[in-house]
Amino acid sequence: MGKTLAEKILSQKSGSDARSGDIIIARVDLAFAQDTTGPLTVRQFQACNLKRLADPKKTALFLDHAAPSPNRQISNDHRLLRQFAGETGCLIYDVGGGICHQIVAETLAKPGDVIVGADSHTVTAGGLGAFATGMGSSDVAIAFGLGKTWFRVPESIKIVLSGKFSRGVGAKDLILYLIGNIGADGATYKALEFGGDGVKNLTMSQRFTIANMAVEAGAKVGLFPTDSTTHDYLKSQGRGDHYQPLSADDDASYERTINIDLATVEPLVAKPHNVDNIAPARELKGTKIQQVFIGTCTNGRLEDIAIVADMLKGKRRHPETRLIVAPASPQVLLAAIRAGYIYSLVEAEAIILPPGCGACLGLHQGVLADGESCLSTANRNFKGRMGSPEAFIYLGSPATAAATALAGEITDPREVA
Amino acid sequence: MIRGRASKFGDNISTDHITPGRLAHLRSNLPELAKHVLEDADPTFASRVEKGDFIVAGSNFGLGSSREHAPLVIKMAGVSAILAKSVARIFFRNAINLGLPVLICDTDNIDDGDELEVDLATGTVNNITKANQLTFGKLPEVMLRILDEGGLVPYIQKYGDFKL
Ligand code: SF4
Repeated sequence: MGKTLAEKILSQKSGSDARSGDIIIARVDLAFAQDTTGPLTVRQFQACNLKRLADPKKTALFLDHAAPSPNRQISNDHRLLRQFAGETGCLIYDVGGGICHQIVAETLAKPGDVIVGADSHTVTAGGLGAFATGMGSSDVAIAFGLGKTWFRVPESIKIVLSGKFSRGVGAKDLILYLIGNIGADGATYKALEFGGDGVKNLTMSQRFTIANMAVEAGAKVGLFPTDSTTHDYLKSQGRGDHYQPLSADDDASYERTINIDLATVEPLVAKPHNVDNIAPARELKGTKIQQVFIGTCTNGRLEDIAIVADMLKGKRRHPETRLIVAPASPQVLLAAIRAGYIYSLVEAEAIILPPGCGACLGLHQGVLADGESCLSTANRNFKGRMGSPEAFIYLGSPATAAATALAGEITDPREVA
Repeated sequence: MIRGRASKFGDNISTDHITPGRLAHLRSNLPELAKHVLEDADPTFASRVEKGDFIVAGSNFGLGSSREHAPLVIKMAGVSAILAKSVARIFFRNAINLGLPVLICDTDNIDDGDELEVDLATGTVNNITKANQLTFGKLPEVMLRILDEGGLVPYIQKYGDFKL
């Protein structure tokens, strides 16, 4: 019988005939940690007496969650990570260097790779066909030292996409639709594998958005096959040689199959405090929003910023709605400056943050007050996520975020000309 | 055999409930971080939890972030095991890696304050207060071995590699 994408990649990296349910040991092509999980990763690495990295070129640290550092404790954590990188020779991306998952996508991940990161949104690289998954600090520390880890080969759920998005609808709406449909634990321990004719209509940026939120349904990975879009993306990053064609076998076996026609998806919003608490944006009209946050590993790419800049060009944000934009990487920021997007956004009275996680996890750069509501393009709306356990977080697409910033209340982007 | 009292939580307790991002500056100061364990789910938990207590939750416990600090502060609070209807994948693996048992069972009939006795070897939960018994599923062999050694760090110290 044929294999799923997950089974194929894990077979190759374990040198065995990996089938769902098997426990295997796989070689790791990249292991990484960021500034809030990295210090514990370094400590666990040291506690194991793992003197050396398996391969410094396949090990990376990112200072992105609190960048630049908002306080002394985190500055000390940053120092610890810089020291570790200095001693071991691993890759390090310092403050301002961008969000780990975006940098992994732009410069490090290859189709067919196994990637483990001490951050749950490591799944993002599934957009280009890498078996990429989040783990804790201990597991990643061992991967740093041994260059391998153990996996239970997941069962796969196949998501068959067809058609094209209609105007004002995008990848974020699709993944919110799927999570609303199967629930926040609908894919726990499983792989979500995307396929069907509709995949060719998705840009790389959209694939990353979808793969990024696979973990919000509990999935271990969100995997896309590779095609000419993947190849063109890698070429544009100067690494066309990293491409390999990758797809599931036609006779692979799936736990279940879900069909989605992209044309039927409409602008959606996840309401507080769970990602599967989905409603159409149009039904939330009248919900006042004090802060709109655009960015993160979900929707901080150039295409996302372009959508927002085009909608806000020549207009102003609502006077009672703060607007914060954080490009996901320096590459994104530079391209947005070159295209004039940043000019339009600042004219519309947006605040531009340095490349990084920004307000996403409630540490700094846009902490919510008690009772406030935020419309964010991020992936999580858990209670307390953006600083106050008494605040309310709604998740939507960049287009919904831009429409909301203009109106001061949640707004379906199709209402904005 | 572990014995303790149940502390009951609902469904979808996230890693932000357990140890929120806003406290990330305390992650290199674990005793301080542990004082806030589960603060956003139950602000009284940290002060009333006793050594040996069980966290008893509904479905999808520990969803969200990969922060190992979440099971770490739960363990530091003295919790001896987590019983839940289901547990998010990364949290599950992290807890085992820290030597904190996670037991999947039907927790609907366990109430806050119930006295429980857990036998990891036989896979049974004895509810002493209610005078009934539950069973829980077996962990994969590799996780049992890691748990047996007290966590992944002592396991790797001992074997230097994964032994399947
Ligand atoms: S942008 Fe948000 S979700 Fe993404 S890695 Fe940073 S903190 Fe995590």
